[in-house]
Amino acid sequence: MITYDGVTKVFGSGPDAVVALDDVSFEIPQGEVVIFLGPSGCGKTTLLRLTNRLDTPTRGTISVNEQNILAVDPVKLRQQMGYVIQEIGLFPNKTVADNIAVVPKLLGWSKDRIRKRVDELLQLIRLEPEVYRHRYPVELSGGQQQRVGVARALAADPEILLMDEPFGAVDPINRMQLQDEFLNLQAQMKKTVAFVSHDIHEAIKVGDKIALFDQGRLIQYDTPEIILTQPKNQFVADFVGADRALKVLGLIRVEDIMNRSPENIVHHTDKSQEALKFLTEKNFRHAVVLAEDKPVGYVFSKELRDHQGSVREVMAEYPVLLEKHHAAREVLSHMLMYGLQTLSVVDSQGNLAGTVSYRDLQKAIRDTYGGEGQF
Amino acid sequence: MDGPVSTFQYIADNYRYIIFLTGEHLWIVALALLIATGLGVPLGILITRHKQLADRVINVANILMTIPSIALFGLMLPVLSVVGHGLGKVPAITALVLYSQLPIIRNTYTAIKNVPPAVVNAGRGMGMSRWRLLLEVQMPLALPVILAGLRTAAVMNIGIAAIAAYIGAGGLGVLIQQGIGRVHGDMILSGAILVSLLAVVVDGGMALLERLVTPQGIKIQRERAQ
Repeated sequence: MITYDGVTKVFGSGPDAVVALDDVSFEIPQGEVVIFLGPSGCGKTTLLRLTNRLDTPTRGTISVNEQNILAVDPVKLRQQMGYVIQEIGLFPNKTVADNIAVVPKLLGWSKDRIRKRVDELLQLIRLEPEVYRHRYPVELSGGQQQRVGVARALAADPEILLMDEPFGAVDPINRMQLQDEFLNLQAQMKKTVAFVSHDIHEAIKVGDKIALFDQGRLIQYDTPEIILTQPKNQFVADFVGADRALKVLGLIRVEDIMNRSPENIVHHTDKSQEALKFLTEKNFRHAVVLAEDKPVGYVFSKELRDHQGSVREVMAEYPVLLEKHHAAREVLSHMLMYGLQTLSVVDSQGNLAGTVSYRDLQKAIRDTYGGEGQF
Repeated sequence: MDGPVSTFQYIADNYRYIIFLTGEHLWIVALALLIATGLGVPLGILITRHKQLADRVINVANILMTIPSIALFGLMLPVLSVVGHGLGKVPAITALVLYSQLPIIRNTYTAIKNVPPAVVNAGRGMGMSRWRLLLEVQMPLALPVILAGLRTAAVMNIGIAAIAAYIGAGGLGVLIQQGIGRVHGDMILSGAILVSLLAVVVDGGMALLERLVTPQGIKIQRERAQ
């Protein structure tokens, strides 16, 4: 738990003084991810740097687990907090393994314990230890480097993670992937995370709570849902954007809305006429086509009507398959792009886990807004 | 007769003396370099934390470098005479130490400053002390550039040490100085050739050392950049 109490930071003095943070108070609960969000210069990065004493507050106190951080030696304090920055900052003269081992070495772990931990972390970030252990940062892609950056921060298993726009420097595809991986890790690790971002989508996706800053002040501190559906003032409303309803889709995951036991299922070897009969009886317009348990495509009843032979000859293949952790935003995007109203969800083995339809999305948004019909 | 053959003959005939002078020459240069490193590298590191001090220190080193060596020997004569060392190896080594400061301080300063700020920020943020960060990250990254400074200083000092023969410091300059006095062409030439050769060899050796201390990760980075 991190507590900020009346934190104020002034840079410079006299007429040149700049108030970077103005009387900021809030609390990051144990095991939650709190996003420090806001436009550049709003004070979010300063607050992060105050948290590990890279800077010192002008007024106010910051406590970790109810202990004032000013009472702790800054070097010791930082060793207890993982630190990830946008520019990554891997040590170019050290191998991947040695980079990850920095904090454990500072803490005086045995060589054996360090080696085991490094391998464990490399596996966690899906870099094969045998291949990557002895590589140098320059030999890795940007995304891989930032994975190592995260692994390095996690090395000594700190209770707290400080992340300063950690995925800001990688390309959008890699960023999404890193966010997904981070969420997976966080689900297991339950770290207390202070996460600086300027990206509302990232904040919605990654944060348990969002602290929205403007000109050094904390404007609103709430869950993403509340920030989106009940913005406190015009600044918040403007910052989250007029497309708030669409952004709510970034909060909803496929697993929250999918139909886990769809009935409109036919097998790819079924005879078309039998399939048609089944669909007509049940009053379905279309069906998911399975091979074994894997969804391979879809078929509309009108296409089956005049067809003799098996379903697989008339079915269309799915252009994309969904996974449970995908955001509803992606689902809608796929639906619009491919002109489909229903998509199939697969589990990690590629077997059918359920379906999501356009109606499911609509209903989910309506539920989030409490049926007020605001949009 | 002067000429290549007779010069080599002179060297062959006086090889013991010449080995002694070469050793003496190297000894002066090496000792000066050692002292200069001990002063210049820490100073170069120190001034990375004070911009104003850095400008001043580098300015002073710059001015030192512009004083002609013969003039510097002259200037030091009254000063060092006070401690009874107006002539000989002490003023020679002192001068070499002073001349070495610019390349050593400047290269150290630049090299440490050139370590990416993100690397330093990450290191500090993870809980490395300044000292630890310097030792484990900044110095290894800076070492090739610092050595390049030492290399410049070493080569320059071999030349200046030859002139120091005029204040009785010894070394290969003695051959040139005495050769001129005696109008002995072979003696002058062998001194000149050997001083030049020494500079080339030391330069090569230092270049090799520079490559040896370059961290592997940086070598790969350079190869990729090409």
